[in-house]
Amino acid sequence: MTHSSDLSRARPAANAGIERETVLGHRGLQLEEPLLFEIDNPGASGVDLPEAGDYTDHLGGTARKGAIGLPSVSEPEVVRHFTRLSQKNYAIDMGTYPLGSCTMKHNPRLNEKMARLPGFAAVHPLQPVSTVQGALELIDSVAHWLKELTGMPAVAMSPAAGAHGELCGVMAIRAALDDREGGPTTRRRILVPDSAHGTNPATAAVCGFAVDAIPSDERGRVDVAAFADKLDDDVAGIMITNPNTCGLFEPDMVEIAKLIHDAGGYFYCDGANFNAIVGKVRPGDLGIDCMHINLHKTFSTPHGGGGPGAGPVVLSDALAPFAPVPWVVHGDDGFALVEHVGEAGDARPFGRLKGFHGQMGMFIRAYAYMLSHGRDGLRQVAEDAVLNANYVMHSLSDVMTPAFDGPCMHECLFDDRFLKDTGVTTLDFAKAMLDEGYHPMTMYFPLVVHGAMLIEPTETESKRGLDEFVAVMRALVARAKNGDAEAFLAAPTTTPRRRLDETAAARSPVLRWTPETETAEAAE
Amino acid sequence: MRYLPLTDADRSAMLAEIGAASIDDLFVDVPKDARFGGSFDLSDHMAEFEVEQTMSAMAAKNLTTAGAPSFLGAGAYRHHVPATVDHLIQRGEFLTSYTPYQPEISQGTLQALFEFQTMVALITGMDVANASMYDGATACAEAVLMARRITRRNRAVISGSVHPHYSAVTETQAKYVDIAIDIREPDLTGDEDLTGLIDGDTACVVVQNPGVFGHVRDLTPLAEACHAAGALLIVVVTETVSLGAIRSPGEMGADIVVAEGQSLGNPQGFGGPYVGLFAAREKYVRQMPGRLAGETVDADGKRGWVLTLSTREQHIRREKATSNICTNSGLCALAFTIHLSLLGEDGFRDLAMLNHARASQLADRLAEVPGVEVLPDAFFNEFALRLPGDAAAAVEAMAARNILAGVPASRLYGAGSGLDDILLVAASELTGQAEMDALVSGLPEVLA
Repeated sequence: MTHSSDLSRARPAANAGIERETVLGHRGLQLEEPLLFEIDNPGASGVDLPEAGDYTDHLGGTARKGAIGLPSVSEPEVVRHFTRLSQKNYAIDMGTYPLGSCTMKHNPRLNEKMARLPGFAAVHPLQPVSTVQGALELIDSVAHWLKELTGMPAVAMSPAAGAHGELCGVMAIRAALDDREGGPTTRRRILVPDSAHGTNPATAAVCGFAVDAIPSDERGRVDVAAFADKLDDDVAGIMITNPNTCGLFEPDMVEIAKLIHDAGGYFYCDGANFNAIVGKVRPGDLGIDCMHINLHKTFSTPHGGGGPGAGPVVLSDALAPFAPVPWVVHGDDGFALVEHVGEAGDARPFGRLKGFHGQMGMFIRAYAYMLSHGRDGLRQVAEDAVLNANYVMHSLSDVMTPAFDGPCMHECLFDDRFLKDTGVTTLDFAKAMLDEGYHPMTMYFPLVVHGAMLIEPTETESKRGLDEFVAVMRALVARAKNGDAEAFLAAPTTTPRRRLDETAAARSPVLRWTPETETAEAAE
Repeated sequence: MRYLPLTDADRSAMLAEIGAASIDDLFVDVPKDARFGGSFDLSDHMAEFEVEQTMSAMAAKNLTTAGAPSFLGAGAYRHHVPATVDHLIQRGEFLTSYTPYQPEISQGTLQALFEFQTMVALITGMDVANASMYDGATACAEAVLMARRITRRNRAVISGSVHPHYSAVTETQAKYVDIAIDIREPDLTGDEDLTGLIDGDTACVVVQNPGVFGHVRDLTPLAEACHAAGALLIVVVTETVSLGAIRSPGEMGADIVVAEGQSLGNPQGFGGPYVGLFAAREKYVRQMPGRLAGETVDADGKRGWVLTLSTREQHIRREKATSNICTNSGLCALAFTIHLSLLGEDGFRDLAMLNHARASQLADRLAEVPGVEVLPDAFFNEFALRLPGDAAAAVEAMAARNILAGVPASRLYGAGSGLDDILLVAASELTGQAEMDALVSGLPEVLA
């Protein structure tokens, strides 16, 4: 989940000067590491290549002249460099990562091993289909699992991430409307709840729609009456996250589906939080027209420091004909691919969203995860994710302030009322969690709650781990309420870096390393 | 279940603590008739070795480019990835971390992204680069939308040198935005002249170098024509290794460079995940899509890195964002960075020249095959052949001999494109003399 970037409040160190500086700045196992460009040693290299032998140059006079400026280092230095960098990161492998709406669950290494089988990794996307029947079978198998688990008849596999999936779904909606109206649709608006991920309105805009916000009601759900009031023949569709970003199931999904369909629009469901209901609820039974599934959330493909993800989109019968190319079909000689709009038969694909066939490496990892859990295990995933979130919410409710009443789904939402008059903000509280060895929860999102703290433990946390987390959170709350605001404002103090000046970074952006000589010349 | 820490005893204790009679009490918001009570047509859970056996059997049905001579390119290339790369990206601190929104505990990812951005800017000859896009094709589409924002013009010309997937993705993504996409006919000869198409309505010209049929060109005249008309030149590179041998797009006058970074650090992997490179002139940085890592200092004055200029992005700007992209290709970008770190200045250039040498050796031998014509005079590591027969049929016949002969142009452009006799052939540092022998001797036999 994302956070506003300009919230950092750098404070002077509470313990400045107490800690003794080391010669190189290292602190025990925490090793400082310069940029690779600063350890450049011309002549060194981390690879050995054979001689090219005799050949005739065919570059046609376009050969590069002059140095590129890349750093030269040996293999051991590269290994050490990136190992040291890695040790400045927090990770699921290290501890609880309760980042709401991000589903930071354990990433099984079996999935990595499967993705590296030469039969999958060393296969070119444009080999003759007769030579890649196993690869196509895998895509078809993942598609089957996704359709089955969602109760939807079709799936577009190529979107590269959740936001890309949104693009796919909303473009399918646009194409279906254009098709129905025999030309560019006159419908201009997409309805999006105010609690939605930022990608939802951004996606609607890229597809040429205006965004019309629907308010949340006092229960943290879509205000159905307000939604119904907005419906007219200008509305193209609605995008709803379910369970929503407050961690709550939208109980009126079926009614919303009926209303939007009666008004001639389509129903997009943001499936970012599918983890809460996988195996328990089929979104197709709720009447939706499309939903993206973040394989890097529900199906445990690793987030990798920001990607890659995968965002297949399940589609209703109404939208399926407009799905983008490519897709896998069952032909006379096994599996085949439809790769071109002009070869799509009766279908009317809206185009192509990505090079080749989608995030194959992520399909492989997700499939290993699906097979490992099976239909029985996936249902348990949802139940344990919901149980863990409710356990945390229950264990903190007497000292923190839950944003809404009642049980939550896979994540629990608190607001910052419990910090009132303490001088500690949600951000300060989160920074103090860093010193305690935790990645913070999602902060200041959803926007509908003041100072939001969205905690998603996921099903891969143990009861012992949750009890420790709760104990830490309770201790921090007690410290804040005891008037020790200074400790929070100074936090973090034990991390590889303390609070970073994001304002300065944005004011005069330095987005790359530049050689000192060049900088000096530019200054003159 | 091996991934689930809770035991039944834990579950009971936790439900009791919450005051819930059963797990169903926690799903109380789900309407009764929305709860799935049926049985899925799916398998039950499996032991780790059972999963391995099932999936290995699937993988074994594929002919791999490791087990057969391979000459496929067309946007995805077979290169050697040093073992170090795959080891380092599997460190849990990289693999299992999220987007670096908490910079104090994400300095590793952030510094690596800063190094990635610097390397991408250096090899493309541009001022700045972002922290990656999904792939080269989506980066191309985003570049066109960015050119529209910068120039406020609504026509884009896409050269016939551009990979058809890239043109198609761009056309699709621009479909509902106010910009007309003019995709030119496939440029088989490499002498396409677009200057007559550039006018006061032209936001940008998109050209690929090396082109999809292999031609390498000096783009300087095209850049000058674009700039004279106030249009931007967007240069697409599908084979990043070429940047070690050919003058950079930046030197030739590009305003935006987009590239597919798969060649460095990432397996062919049947098409993904890959990593889109996106670089531009500094003056356009605030119109760029995607994440940017930037340098700053912490509360103690120590140098560090953060994600910056976020006011361009969807989580702040929502419908006014420069793009809807959120998750990108972080780990693939890391693999790219580590591979390029190992190569270094000399290694990158040597690798590029080795690729060119292998392709030149192969092209010169194929040119001797009766009836076969090598189309480009100037190329890097890939070139189009005109065959005396159907290329797809030849490829199929070669595949039956366990030789992956290349990519038929009809596969890229679809049936009826009139390119049935065109075959794209790529070589790399991995293309040995025995592989070349197999292709050179095999082709005449299947064409006969």
